[in-house]
Amino acid sequence: MNRQRVRSTQVGVAAAACTALALTLAGCGSSSGHTSSASTGLHLTVEDYYTQPAAAEYDSIYNACAKQLGDTVTISHIAGAALIPKVLQQASSRTMPDVLMLDNPDVAQIAATGALSPLSDYGITGAGYVPGIIAAGSYQGKLYGLAPAVNSLALFYNTDMFKAAGLTPPTTWAELQSDAKALTKSGRYGFAFSGVNTYEGTWQFMPWMWTSGGDEKNIDTPQTAAALQLLTSLVKDGSASKSVDLWTQNDVESQFAAGKAAMMENGPWNIAQLQQVKGLHWASVPLPTPTAGQKVVSPLGGETYTVPQTGDSAKMAAAGKIVACINSDANQVTIAKTVAYVPAKTSVAEQFAKDNPLMAPYVTVAQTARSRTGELGTGWDKAATAIYTAEQQALTGEASPAAALKQAQGQ
Amino acid sequence: MKTLDRHSPPSGAQAAVPGTPPRTRGRGPRQDRAVTWLFLLPALVYIALFFGYPIVKNVLMGSQDYTTATFFTGSSPWVGWANYRTFFTGPLAGTTFLNTAVFTVGSIVGQFSIGLAVALFFRRRFPLSGLMRSLLLLPWLLPLIAGTAVWRWILDQDSGVLNSVLMHLHLVHSSVPWLSSPSFALYSVIIVNVWIGIPFNVALFYSGLQGIPAEQYEAAAIDGAVGWKAFRHITWPALRPVVTVVLVLGVIYTLKVVDIILGLTGGGPANSTQTLATTAYQDSFVQFSFGQGAAVSNVLMVVSLLFACLYLRVNRRASDE
Repeated sequence: MNRQRVRSTQVGVAAAACTALALTLAGCGSSSGHTSSASTGLHLTVEDYYTQPAAAEYDSIYNACAKQLGDTVTISHIAGAALIPKVLQQASSRTMPDVLMLDNPDVAQIAATGALSPLSDYGITGAGYVPGIIAAGSYQGKLYGLAPAVNSLALFYNTDMFKAAGLTPPTTWAELQSDAKALTKSGRYGFAFSGVNTYEGTWQFMPWMWTSGGDEKNIDTPQTAAALQLLTSLVKDGSASKSVDLWTQNDVESQFAAGKAAMMENGPWNIAQLQQVKGLHWASVPLPTPTAGQKVVSPLGGETYTVPQTGDSAKMAAAGKIVACINSDANQVTIAKTVAYVPAKTSVAEQFAKDNPLMAPYVTVAQTARSRTGELGTGWDKAATAIYTAEQQALTGEASPAAALKQAQGQ
Repeated sequence: MKTLDRHSPPSGAQAAVPGTPPRTRGRGPRQDRAVTWLFLLPALVYIALFFGYPIVKNVLMGSQDYTTATFFTGSSPWVGWANYRTFFTGPLAGTTFLNTAVFTVGSIVGQFSIGLAVALFFRRRFPLSGLMRSLLLLPWLLPLIAGTAVWRWILDQDSGVLNSVLMHLHLVHSSVPWLSSPSFALYSVIIVNVWIGIPFNVALFYSGLQGIPAEQYEAAAIDGAVGWKAFRHITWPALRPVVTVVLVLGVIYTLKVVDIILGLTGGGPANSTQTLATTAYQDSFVQFSFGQGAAVSNVLMVVSLLFACLYLRVNRRASDE
């Protein structure tokens, strides 16, 4: 107990010192605003979770941005799920990187700890961006993370199988069910999706739930039950594999690539891999909606860049400029091409759709896509857990969709 | 004859017992004690640092609201028993305990019986027995994540090799949902854990069997005790100490299994393979509520401790006899 108190006092003193320092330096900054000499020659650290080959592409963007400002950067790539534990460890030892990439649903949680600085400090407003991504990067009304490119979910379909069956891609839930059933035969399922018991499963469930009118604040509603009923009956009537409760999105992609699924719910990051599969012909369209002509509400994905509170305001200012540079129009297009995402700025995305027709469905979906943490903020994790728990109960037949949701909501 | 040599007790053992212990020269008992402590010091420091501190920290953390914010602000409010209450009154406490029990008992029974049978089998010498015995260690040498990835493919419902073999042999009519159905998943996970645990059991039993003098069997054979009788009256009593070690270590190792379950099912489907260990992992490293995770792992530690105490008691009784 005693130790704890000592430690928090130390932290308090340190925080106070930082604030004082930041205020004086910010004062200096505004008085000599037109010179950029304050940020030249600094050595910054950048941290993200990319792996090769994408990592190399990001490296060149970070380096180019730093060079433009006269700075240098050291880049570390912390693979996938290890990033957040690493960031927490760095937060407690006061060794946060100067520029930190965070997956958008994590921004609220990390911002809530006070570890991040608002991007408005560096003149970044996010004007002209897809509304969903601004919501995802914000916490309590302040923007903490900005994503250069975003992604979402859509329906991939095997054009050969559809042609052979004389079908067109489904636009409504009823069509999805009948098409999936018609396309199912021995060794092949009509539809594949991920219903895994992680946040990935929740992510895949969101387009059905949100488009149907469901809301994460209370999942015990007829709208959400209808969405869950749709997926459950697809599994029940054999149009989708019983193994969807174990499949990750990668597994779903493998099934589709191997011709074992005629349709799949997945994101644009699979495009490069699917293009390499010989003899596989496919296209993608927005996911079907409950009734014809509705706008689909898909969840918004994408990695944001943040400036952690490191206490060194000169470096933080330089980091802010690097975040702005990573989000420049040109870099948005480069990143979008590298990882098959949609540029986060609406105007850039529109041009991008014209130049890359394969990406056009995702550009459409991204404009109306919704952020996961926008409504509940740090409460999202709990809701997301309840959602995948209910989905697993329903998919495995342990409970009816409505009962499963009621039970999960009560937890 | 060669094997006989191995079973005879090491020659040094008798010689080392002194008739009259040489008294230390010129040193009082107090100095002796100081020297003793000095020799113990490195071990004590090591234990305090790497066992004592984490355990104490974990026990404390179980009563704190320790979250992501704690890492930055350094404040972790004391919440007493709240974390334990959340766990025990939660909807999954019963399932988690039951799964942990079934998983542990199932794994131990499987590993123990198959391990013992294999060790007895390899006791006989036959061509290539040495090579085959070392091949048995393979599951132990494989990285667990690689092992579970292969098992996932073997057990896959639609394209798994196990289902396709069973169906070709007409043993089942439709494919078995080994991992994707809540009623099968726990048993599939147990099967994989048994596979991984067999080498450990074989290794311990095999070395235990090596310690039984061949003369006993020869003498027993003269009295007419062979086969099952020899096992019942010679092998089993002689193996008793090994059996307790294998059982207690097995229980403790099995209680804390996380990687196999995460690799195969991630605790699913519908929480059917969620155990105390996976719950602690998910609370801490997926939900990032470290206090909650610590509370669950404290419960796990108490359960392990019960078995450790049981082991000590059984051991003491055995040595008292």
